Amino acid sequence: MDLKAVIPQKLKEKFPSVEFEVTDYRDELTIKFDKKIVVEICTFLKTDADLEFNWCSDVTAIDWATRKNRFTVVYNIFSIKHNFRLRLKADVDESECSIDTVSSVWKAANWQERETYDMYGIKFNNHPDLRRMYMPEEFEYYPLRKDFPLMGIPGSLPLPKK
Amino acid sequence: MKQLEHETDPKILQALLASRNDYTVEDVLENEMILNMGPQHPATHGVLRLLLRLDGERIIGCIPELGYLHRGYEKMAENMSYYEYIPHTDRLDYISPMANNVAWVLAVEKLAGIEAPKRAQYIRMMIAELARIASHLVQIGSFAMDVGALTVFLWTLREREKILDIWDILCGARFTNSYTRIGGVANDAQPEALAKAKWFIDQFEPYLAEVEQLLNTNRIFIERVDGVGAISKEDAIDLGFCGPNLRACGVELDLRRNAPYLCYDEIDFKIPTYTEGDCLARYFLRLDECRESTKIVKQVIEKMPQGPVHADMPKKVLPQKDEVYTKMEELIHDFMIVNFGINPPVGEIYHAIEGSKGELGFYLVSKGEGHPWKCKIRSPSFNNIHSLPKLVIGHLISDVVAIIGSIDPIMGEADK
Amino acid sequence: MGLESYIKDNGFLTTQLNAIIGWARKNSVWPMPMGISCCAIEMMAVGDPKYDIARFGSEVMRFTPRQCDLMIVAGTVTYKMAPVVRKIYDQMPDPKWVIAMGACTSSGGMYRSYSVVQGIDQFLPVDIYLAGCPPRPDNLLHALMMIQDKIGKTKASQFPNITIEDKGIKLPELNVIQNN
Repeated sequence: MDLKAVIPQKLKEKFPSVEFEVTDYRDELTIKFDKKIVVEICTFLKTDADLEFNWCSDVTAIDWATRKNRFTVVYNIFSIKHNFRLRLKADVDESECSIDTVSSVWKAANWQERETYDMYGIKFNNHPDLRRMYMPEEFEYYPLRKDFPLMGIPGSLPLPKK
Repeated sequence: MKQLEHETDPKILQALLASRNDYTVEDVLENEMILNMGPQHPATHGVLRLLLRLDGERIIGCIPELGYLHRGYEKMAENMSYYEYIPHTDRLDYISPMANNVAWVLAVEKLAGIEAPKRAQYIRMMIAELARIASHLVQIGSFAMDVGALTVFLWTLREREKILDIWDILCGARFTNSYTRIGGVANDAQPEALAKAKWFIDQFEPYLAEVEQLLNTNRIFIERVDGVGAISKEDAIDLGFCGPNLRACGVELDLRRNAPYLCYDEIDFKIPTYTEGDCLARYFLRLDECRESTKIVKQVIEKMPQGPVHADMPKKVLPQKDEVYTKMEELIHDFMIVNFGINPPVGEIYHAIEGSKGELGFYLVSKGEGHPWKCKIRSPSFNNIHSLPKLVIGHLISDVVAIIGSIDPIMGEADK
Repeated sequence: MGLESYIKDNGFLTTQLNAIIGWARKNSVWPMPMGISCCAIEMMAVGDPKYDIARFGSEVMRFTPRQCDLMIVAGTVTYKMAPVVRKIYDQMPDPKWVIAMGACTSSGGMYRSYSVVQGIDQFLPVDIYLAGCPPRPDNLLHALMMIQDKIGKTKASQFPNITIEDKGIKLPELNVIQNN
């Protein structure tokens, strides 16, 4: 069955009030929606008997460096039964820099959301253990934002004496 | 009494040096202990820090801490062109460097809409499978060394040196060779290199049998790894466990079959799976995968077509050096591509290959410029270490060493 | 440094003694492999049957710093890892030497980014810088031979003998139980 046509149809049936933006680039399907319903959509995609998206490949974010809707959180998921990849996107504004966590749906998202928090500063509500992943806990900046320089800020990380 | 310069409480020091001993046995047995298996440790493969909570010798809690090798790969990708990034991808999974090169180049080609010629694709398949064999050899060797069998390590490294010799002839570097290019490979495979690869495959099987002879019926080895670190199928899929570790739990997920890339649908090979999901199953699975990879390399060398190894797209693929020095058009193209980049169209893709540790994926966002706007590396070792607490709880400390060895984490790609 | 510090540094006998002790010390260097990333794999390759390091006397690659003389820092050192490397270096007993293996330890290598220390000589005294990314195992053996030359010529006066009483710590009196 052609999942590319089936998925947007099923989503529109189940969530009639929500606006979906569906794009198809280089044979990959991307669906964009509002960040408030992310947990319901992910639960539906995982538990529906026809779809079964049980493998969460990746959770990350993009920094567009614009004033409105600065970040976009991206979820790459895969269905083992149908060998089909899907991408979900949700915009996050800088003033309210938080989104609900999907670690209750896929446990693999736990550490990937921690990494996104460490690199971009996007908080995940109801996350069981939101700490920094790579940088030390005392580090005050978020490295992958576009305003952080590549060489870092001198003095932000301590070094032992010779 | 004078204070030692880094010591803290004088009362503790006094109590220790006093002749009376006020501690009773019950106090010591009631408390749990927190043990730091630090970043520098002979058995953690690379710089992985584990904080273990112990009740006697049994583990009741485990927190891995990463970040000791975080080199800023994703930030650097936003500042350099697609060609300049190829040597950086070598150092991600540094035991099988060719596979990472292939993954990056495939992702960029998908984004830019370039198709490499058939011969280049076959060469890429051959080097990716040789990289898989090299990686599994190191894993079997260091896993056996951690459990106590030191000889196996020397034998598998000796076999790996032969693969590094093949790569040396092919592209000039024995390790961290940035051999693939966007649109093909750097240079054609010489007949010498193909002959040596064929010779290696023909004589590899008896050496693998020697290693099996040492370990398969060895009572100490079996008792140390049988039943240790078992995980169920549903937990493994939910936690993002990938690669040979997942196939040892009974899930038949291999991207070479489920989402074929390069020319894997023209080659005949099996996907071995086991159902127990413990360390012994993972060991047997990696041995079987080595054998399947030798079959694939044999077929690839037989079926390799003749032809060019660079795609015919002058605006996106770097021309050869002798043409750059003699012809005008190629000189202009070389200048434009090196200074301004290949400028793929606006869009985003996610492409993953089956690396030796699991699903290695690149998520690229392009805004039409010569460098990517965003590059995310989906590394298999990061997700494998995520399931470490689930595997380790309930076992003894000496089992932690065996479990980490069987999962095979490489910190270069886990920490990016 | 043991015996030599009690002998003053002059005379024919003491130079011969220095030569013998230097010869013994340089042919039994026990390296401490601080293997962090890709260069650690080439260091493992130095131990395999093709590029044997055992013939130089260094087969014993102890992972505990208390038993080593030479620390080979192999791999990129990040700001988070630097205090750990320094702590291991401090735990090694005198005399000790350091090889900075690879481009990443010499100068930051190809990683000019916010989290990589641009050269470990910012917090460690280094004796030999080894170029390469990663350096071939033959290159590492060349560095080992250069360090052996340096060790053979090291004199006792370079490493002063600091005892625990010099630091001002007084150890307590022990009750002697048996006196044979």
